[in-house]
Amino acid sequence: MKQTAKQKWASLCKDPVSLLIRLAVCLAALITVLTIIFIIAYILIKGIPYLSPDLFKWKYTSDNVSMMPALINTLLITVISLLFAVPAGIGSAVYLTEYAGRGNKLVELVRITTETLSGIPSIVYGLFGSLFFVKACGFGLSLLSGSLTLAIMILPLIMRTTEEALRAVPDNYREGSFGLGAGKLRTVFRIVLPSAIPGIVSGVILGIGRIIGESAALIFTAGTVAEAAKGLFSSARTLAVHMYAISGEGLYINQTYATAVILLAVVILINSLSELISEKLGGKNKNG
Amino acid sequence: MKNFKEKAMHIVFLITALVSVAAVVLICVFLFANGIPAIGKIGVFKFLLGTEWRPENDIYGILPMIIGSIYVAAGALIIGVPVGVLCAVFMAGFCPKPIYKVLKAGIDLMAGIPSVVYGFFGLVVIVPFVRENIGGRGFSVLTASVLLGLMILPTVISVAESNIRAVPESYYEGALALGASHERSFFFIVLPAAKSGVLAGIVLGIGRAIGETMAVKMVAGNQTIIPESITSGVRTLTTNIVLEMGYSTDLHREALIATGVVLFVFILLINLAFSALKRRSGKA
Repeated sequence: MKQTAKQKWASLCKDPVSLLIRLAVCLAALITVLTIIFIIAYILIKGIPYLSPDLFKWKYTSDNVSMMPALINTLLITVISLLFAVPAGIGSAVYLTEYAGRGNKLVELVRITTETLSGIPSIVYGLFGSLFFVKACGFGLSLLSGSLTLAIMILPLIMRTTEEALRAVPDNYREGSFGLGAGKLRTVFRIVLPSAIPGIVSGVILGIGRIIGESAALIFTAGTVAEAAKGLFSSARTLAVHMYAISGEGLYINQTYATAVILLAVVILINSLSELISEKLGGKNKNG
Repeated sequence: MKNFKEKAMHIVFLITALVSVAAVVLICVFLFANGIPAIGKIGVFKFLLGTEWRPENDIYGILPMIIGSIYVAAGALIIGVPVGVLCAVFMAGFCPKPIYKVLKAGIDLMAGIPSVVYGFFGLVVIVPFVRENIGGRGFSVLTASVLLGLMILPTVISVAESNIRAVPESYYEGALALGASHERSFFFIVLPAAKSGVLAGIVLGIGRAIGETMAVKMVAGNQTIIPESITSGVRTLTTNIVLEMGYSTDLHREALIATGVVLFVFILLINLAFSALKRRSGKA
């Protein structure tokens, strides 16, 4: 029973409560949309005119406020964090789905700890990183300390998405592989993991997004030196920390807008990538 | 040989599974070991209920920050929850398909925007707006609440929406069959049935608001006094750490770590509430 718009309107006018509800939910959605559009448009309009080549010089000086070193650092920290977080995340997801039997106490424990980890605010990670990696391990304010801190931070994200992807692999794949005489290990690496790759990749991409946007956890672990890192143990600031630092100085408002544009562009790119991948999955990777 | 490889890899996978457990243990041990002694030295009540924070005189009371965090989070809820929940209802029940895709992408994007960008946006847009139209210096409880309200929107919306969608279709159909309109069935039958799930989303939002650091620091003013009105400046637990950690030493530093411990305990309690609610909505 399809109604025409006119009939709908007539029946809504007869029932003010329904009308009110419809208005309220539409208004809320409108507010949300307008907020998103306003934030993005405001940053882009204010920032794009200031995207000068000076901002991408290799060397940072207080004259050009170049973000190139920060961009390089961001890339380095992202790669190093992933080097730690991805194997650990995938390995533990494999353990949880393929090895741990039903009713295994460890599974429950790991689930509780990952839930805890994903709720911890980034400043607490920063505090922990500065106590543990910077001080106790003696890594100092460095690329390595920052990367390790972020690796722990994104671990639950990668674990959860990988686990979901692994659980979505039908059991008859595994049975088929066993039936052909393959061992458990071979089944995991040759059959289960390859079919779960899209899910894993979209988790990794989300992780990259978090690393790029992070600032509070990095200030006291990777530090705020505005030059490209020379090694694992030199302090380096990422793009988000760079933006925070120059916004606080008050002299570089225009450059801050420009940096915000680059950050936004990266986030938009990452979001569309992960959307593309989950679309390829046919949307079956949605968590409820 | 082959058997050995299988066994070895089994152990490797087991070890990776233990990484997250080890991380939580390490975080707890290091935070508590470095923070608790300071609370002991300062005195539990003096620390938690003291209204003065003067590191230069070795006076460390974090009540203003605890209250600040609660005010700001409450303000964020007042702004974020009605809009978030209603928007979730719209997306679950009133949204034409083409609009849904765009809206969903927009909300995902909103969740991905870094907190420094939000903070900067607050600094250049919301702060001047509050200063000119409402009063005060603009760096205030109100500014921080509005900004956090926007920041928790995507969290509240996506958790609430997926829980509203999880309500069995028969509830809605039953209401329609009894003569209720589409709007009434959705709002008075389906939404209440998803109550615990929607609450779980709100609790997760509270966690985000309490834990947010950089954005709040940029717009809240950061005075260490209990705010008198919504236009006065405020300092939260998170910003207290980030503001002073850089140059602090000795007891001052330890007091900041203890602030982190208090924040950590807050977050653990919120997490507990979240998982309890999630479990309940899973059973319903």
